[in-house]
Amino acid sequence: MSEQHARFRYLLRLGDSSLVLGQRLGEWVGHAPTIEEDLGLANLSLDFIGQARLLLTYAGEVEGRGRDEDALAFLRDAPDFANVTLAEQPNGDFGRTIVRQVLLDAWQFETYEALTASTDTRLASIAAKALKETRYHLRFSSGWLVRLGDGTEESHRRVQQSLNELWRFTEELFTPDEVDTTLAADGVAPQLAELQARWSARIDEILGEATLTRPPAVPYPWHGKRGVHTEHLGHMLAEMQHLQRTYPGARW
Amino acid sequence: MSVSGAPIPDPPAHAAGQGELERRVWAVLESVPDPEIPVLSVVDLGIVRHVRRTATDQGTGLHVGITPTYSGCPATEVIRQSLRAALDRAGFQDAVLEEVLSPPWTSEWLTAAGRAKLTAFGIAPPEQAVSRPRHLLQAPAVTCPRCGSRDTQRVSEFGSTPCKAHYRCRACLEPFDYFKCL
Repeated sequence: MSEQHARFRYLLRLGDSSLVLGQRLGEWVGHAPTIEEDLGLANLSLDFIGQARLLLTYAGEVEGRGRDEDALAFLRDAPDFANVTLAEQPNGDFGRTIVRQVLLDAWQFETYEALTASTDTRLASIAAKALKETRYHLRFSSGWLVRLGDGTEESHRRVQQSLNELWRFTEELFTPDEVDTTLAADGVAPQLAELQARWSARIDEILGEATLTRPPAVPYPWHGKRGVHTEHLGHMLAEMQHLQRTYPGARW
Repeated sequence: MSVSGAPIPDPPAHAAGQGELERRVWAVLESVPDPEIPVLSVVDLGIVRHVRRTATDQGTGLHVGITPTYSGCPATEVIRQSLRAALDRAGFQDAVLEEVLSPPWTSEWLTAAGRAKLTAFGIAPPEQAVSRPRHLLQAPAVTCPRCGSRDTQRVSEFGSTPCKAHYRCRACLEPFDYFKCL
């Protein structure tokens, strides 16, 4: 695998994960339990879409085929998306959204922190910017997980169940493939094993405070990073891309 | 180059050590308000990173560097357009607006004047140094901009814009916005 192609794929993984998660959180607007949480989730969504714009613009330049952020976001099909599988999972109830958010915020926190030392200076500057925002995301999501986990019997039961069901997607975050190993060798991307150790310690701390039980590790069968997605992504993209697919090139 | 329109105010502190032309550009930039918090100018907010001249055969060779506060802040595009319009109006049509991403914007770039304007407007200015990311995983103690009490409580991590959180004062019982540390 060429270094250029690996870099393109890696930027897509980060950018698509932010884009897909941003779109998912946007689905909450007008539906969250309170106005404060509605605003909170919309704020997160906005940050993720902003990060996706920076990352996908850069991905398009690295690819060198003239695709900009909009072409990458709106004119690719699910198999060409490289987001981690966890990001595309449906919102479910508020607790499930929070569980998904904690797992991914902690992943982004460690990833962006490591990337601030990337040998790719443009990626390092995007990461430094995103890291600052991610601190707020993690504080928001982990605060809610503690409240729900250590809350009522019902809230505890429901977030524990969501945790059990979403946990199977976490191995993918840290299972390296050729893209990761190629870029780690150049110092562009971090070693995933090191990230996993830090992520794991942080998650254990949050789960402990939330009185939740960490589910057992499961074998790794998910390949969103390589374009093999669960059925949920296609449905989400059908809505997200509807306008550009129906009226190609439409602007306002 | 002639400058038309309103009289130019005194040049700001940022312009210290720069030439006359750059000082006039800084003054124009200072007249552009932030669209979300109009008591602040984009210079108060630290969004304008530099005004520079490059050697050129024609025109002024002016470059104005701006940086977004939050990656997804919808005000960024409005700010860019307002700056463009203000520069054009003042006769600096050939000044180039360029985006600067590194170092990333920090709330520490709010000017002292900006912090005072925020408090007077009823928004608590940022409280913490942001040099150590992990330090910020703890929520700060915030002073009420109305009564000055430290007995305040965070209502929500996120407020009406990406840069603000929602607080309430337990002493005077008023709700208020807090300008977050980033």
